[in-house]
Amino acid sequence: MEKEDLKNKITELLPSATFEEGEWLTVNVEAKDWPAFAQQLRNDDSLFFNYLFCLTCIDWKTHLTMVYHLSSTRYRYNIVVKSKLDRNHPEIETASKIWKTAEFHEREVYEMFGVNFINHPDLRLLILPDGWEGKKPLLKDFEDPVNMIRL
Amino acid sequence: MYRQTEIISDDSESPSPGGFGEAGDLIINVGPQHPATHGVLHLVITLNGETIKKVEPHLGYIHRSIEKMCESLTYRQFIYVTSRMDYLSAHINNHACALCVEKGLQLEIPHRAQVVRVLLDELTRIASHELWWGALAMDVGAFTPFFHAFRERETINDIMEETCGARLTMNYFVPGGLMADIHPNFQKRVKEFISLYKLKIKEYDELITGNIIFQNRMKNVGYLSAEDAISYGCSGPTARGSGLSCDIRKLYPYEVYDKISFNEVIENGGDSFARYMVRIKEMNESIKIIEQLIDNIPEGDFQAKTKVVLKLPKGEFYSRVETARGELGVFIVSEGGTTPYRIKFRSPGFSNLSALDHMARGSKLGDLIAMMGTLDLVIPDIDR
Amino acid sequence: MWSFSNIADSIHQWLNETFHPSVAVIFEMIIAGICVISLFAVLGLVLVLMERKVSAWIQIRMGPNRVGPKGMFQSVADTMKLLVKEGMTPSGADKFLFNLAPFIALVVAMLLMAPLAFAKNFQMWNVNIGVLYISAISSVSVISILIAGWSSNNKYSLMGAMRSGAQIVSYELSAGLSILSVVVLAGSLNLNTIIQSQADGWWIFKGHIPVIISFIIFIIAVTAETNRAPFDLAEAESELTAGFHTEYSGMKFALFFLAEYVNVFIVCAIGATLFFGGWMPFHIGHWQSFNHVMDFIPSSLWFFGKTFFLIFVIMWFRWTFPRLRIDQLLNLEWKYLLPISLFNILLVTAMAIAGWYF
Repeated sequence: MEKEDLKNKITELLPSATFEEGEWLTVNVEAKDWPAFAQQLRNDDSLFFNYLFCLTCIDWKTHLTMVYHLSSTRYRYNIVVKSKLDRNHPEIETASKIWKTAEFHEREVYEMFGVNFINHPDLRLLILPDGWEGKKPLLKDFEDPVNMIRL
Repeated sequence: MYRQTEIISDDSESPSPGGFGEAGDLIINVGPQHPATHGVLHLVITLNGETIKKVEPHLGYIHRSIEKMCESLTYRQFIYVTSRMDYLSAHINNHACALCVEKGLQLEIPHRAQVVRVLLDELTRIASHELWWGALAMDVGAFTPFFHAFRERETINDIMEETCGARLTMNYFVPGGLMADIHPNFQKRVKEFISLYKLKIKEYDELITGNIIFQNRMKNVGYLSAEDAISYGCSGPTARGSGLSCDIRKLYPYEVYDKISFNEVIENGGDSFARYMVRIKEMNESIKIIEQLIDNIPEGDFQAKTKVVLKLPKGEFYSRVETARGELGVFIVSEGGTTPYRIKFRSPGFSNLSALDHMARGSKLGDLIAMMGTLDLVIPDIDR
Repeated sequence: MWSFSNIADSIHQWLNETFHPSVAVIFEMIIAGICVISLFAVLGLVLVLMERKVSAWIQIRMGPNRVGPKGMFQSVADTMKLLVKEGMTPSGADKFLFNLAPFIALVVAMLLMAPLAFAKNFQMWNVNIGVLYISAISSVSVISILIAGWSSNNKYSLMGAMRSGAQIVSYELSAGLSILSVVVLAGSLNLNTIIQSQADGWWIFKGHIPVIISFIIFIIAVTAETNRAPFDLAEAESELTAGFHTEYSGMKFALFFLAEYVNVFIVCAIGATLFFGGWMPFHIGHWQSFNHVMDFIPSSLWFFGKTFFLIFVIMWFRWTFPRLRIDQLLNLEWKYLLPISLFNILLVTAMAIAGWYF
C-alpha cells in the first residue's frame, strides 16, 4: 500500500484526521479520537499496525504533542500518529491495552512530561526516584540550578 | 524511600503497603547492587517459595537524562554523549545519530566511509555478543566462559583502539562520515581476528552450547510468543528468538547493508535457548559480512564536506539501526537551530525489559537470572 | 623406613619414658589436638591456593603470583586480612545463633577427621563403625548452614539455607548408598579393614562396573553435599549474591570458607579410602615383586596423592559446569541417582554373595 492509499484508508476511518508530510505518513488526531482510532489501526485487517516502536512527547511550550510511531509487521509500513494536548492539563487515553509496550513508555512520558494517561494500569514513577515533586524534567521550563549546566 | 522487603504474614488483613503480594509471599530485591543485574537495575520480585509471581523493574539508578542534555548540545557534540548509552555497542549508537543528522542535512556520505562504518558496526556487534555470552554463562553459574569470551573481545578492542583511539566509547562516526581515516593495519588485523575467531568459536559450542546442564537451564524457559514480542515492542535477537523478522539491516537497509549478502537469523523456539542461538549464529553472520567487505574497502574520502556549524532544517527526522540488542531509534525534532529541539532515543533494552515480567511469571528464581542474561540488558541503555 | 607411624611410635615411647603414663596420655591428646588444628589450617591455605591456581589454569590466566614465589603465600596474606577484619553482626540478626553457626561448621569438619587413616598405622581413632560415623556426622553440617541462613535475618540467606537443606538431605541418600556398596564388598564398617581388604587391588578395579557406577554417584553426591558448583545453589552467586553466608564477614566468613574446603578434603579422603584404597599402594593381585616396589612409596604420599587427585576433579567440575536449577537438582537426585544407586546396591550385593569380583 502506498502512502496515498494509506491516507485514503485513514481518512475513511477518521474523517477529522489531518496529515503532515514527512518521511512517513503523519496523522494528526484529536486526543478524544485517539482510543477508538488506535483500536482501529491495530485491528483493521488492511492496516494491522501491531508494532508500536516509539512513543514520546514533545513540549512545544504552548502545547504538548504525543507522538506514536507505529509499524505493521505484516505489511511493513510505518505511520506516525500525533495528538495535541493541553499543556496545563495534558490527558490522553492509554494505549497500553492495545500495545503492551506502551505501558512502560507511557510511564516514562508521565514522569518526564506530566501527561496523565487515563486508564493506565500502573501509572507510577519509573525512572525518577519515588516521591519526586515539582516540574517534570523534560519540559522546556524545567530548571535545576544544581545539576543543569547551560552551555 | 523504596519499599522495605518483608515476608507478608498470614494475619495481615490488607495486602502489603505497595499493594502487591498475598499472605506467604516473599518480596525480594534483586539489585540495584547484585551480581546478576550487570549494572544498577533494580527488580522487586514477588516470590512464592522459589516461584516468581511478579517482577517489577525500578529504573533510574543510572539515568543521566541524555535526552535533556542533548537539547543543549550541537549536532556535532551530542553524538559523543550517545556512546555512553549502550556502551557495548557504542559505534552503532553513534551510527544511528550520524544517520539521523545526515538524513536531516540530506548528506550523501562517501562510499569508503559507509563500508568502514558497516565493518566497525559488525565488529562491535561481535564484541558485544562475546561479552553477552560470557556474562550469560556467568549468570547460569559457569565462570570459565567469561575469560574465553574476553580473550577474543580483547582482539577486537585492540583493533578499535588502533583505528578509533578508544576501546569502549569510540565516538568515531561523525555526521558526514568518519572522524579520521582507518589505520593502515586495520585490514590486516581484522583478517587475523577472523581466522582466530573461526578457530575459537568451536570452543564456545564445546564448552557451553552442547552442555546438558546449560541446555536444561535454557530450554522451555522464559517463553515469549511472537505476538507478545510484537506487543511488548521487543526487537533484535530477543524478538528474532520468537520467530519475528525484525532485523533493521534487512527491512530498512542503511549504508551498504542492501548490497551484501547475509541471513537474518530467526529461531522459532521463543525460549531462552532460541535467543541464545540467535546471538551465537548472528556472530557468524557478522563474520560473513566482515569477510565480504574487508577486502573491498573502496578508496576515496572518509568524510563528506560539511559546514563547520551544522543546522538541520525545521522538521522531524527518525533513523533506526540494528544494535547488538535490537532496534535503536533516534528521533530528532528540529526547529532549524544548531541544537535539537527535542531528541528521543528509542532504546532496545527499555522495550525488551518490559517483557521480562510477562516472561518470568511462574518460573523459578534461577530462571529469571538466565532470562535476564538472554535479554542482554545494558542498564545505561535502558535508563538513558 | 620413614613414616608417620614410626614418628608417632617414637613420640609415644619418649613420652612414656619421660613422664608417668597418665601424664603422657594428656600430652598425647594435646599433641593430637594441635595436629588436627594445624592440619585444618594448612589444608585450608593449601586448598584455597590450589583452587585459585586450578581455576586460573582452566581460565587461561595467571592466578595469584605476587605474594611469595609463584604466589604461594597469597592465601596466608588473605588469612591475615580476614583475621584483622571486623566481624560484623547485623542488628536484626539472632546474635547467639549467628555467631554459633560458623563454629558448628568448623567443629563438624574437625570431628570428621577423627577416623581418617592418613597413612599406614596412622589414625586418630580406629573405630569399628567408621563409615557409619562419617555419614552420620557429615549430616550435621546442614544444621550450621540452616542456622546461619535463618539467624542472618536476610532473605537471600534464608533462601540459600533452605535450598541447602533440601539439597544436602537428598544427596545424603545416594552418597550413603554408594558408600554402602563398598561396605558390602569389604564386609566391614571399619575404615582400616576396608583399606586392608584392598591389599590385592583397589575396589574401583576389583569391583568393576557396579563399583565404578557407585563411585560416579558418590562423586556427584559429595559435590552436591559440599555445596560446590555445579550444585552450589546454597551460595548461587549470581542468584543469591552469597547465599547463606551473605551477612558474614571477617573471620566468621573465613570459618565457613575453611569448613567448606576441609569438607571437600574429607569427602575426597573418604572417596580415596573406599574406592582407591586409602594409603594402600597400587597393588595388583599376587604380583609380589611389583607390589613390593609399590610399597617403597610412603603410604602417606599414596593417601594424599589420591585425595588431591579427587579434589582436583571436584575443582574441575566447579570451573567447567553451569549451575543446576533447584528443581532440576532435586529431580536429578530423586528420579535418577537414587533409583540407580538402589539398583546398584542390589547388584553389588548379588556380586558379593556370588563372589563375582576379583
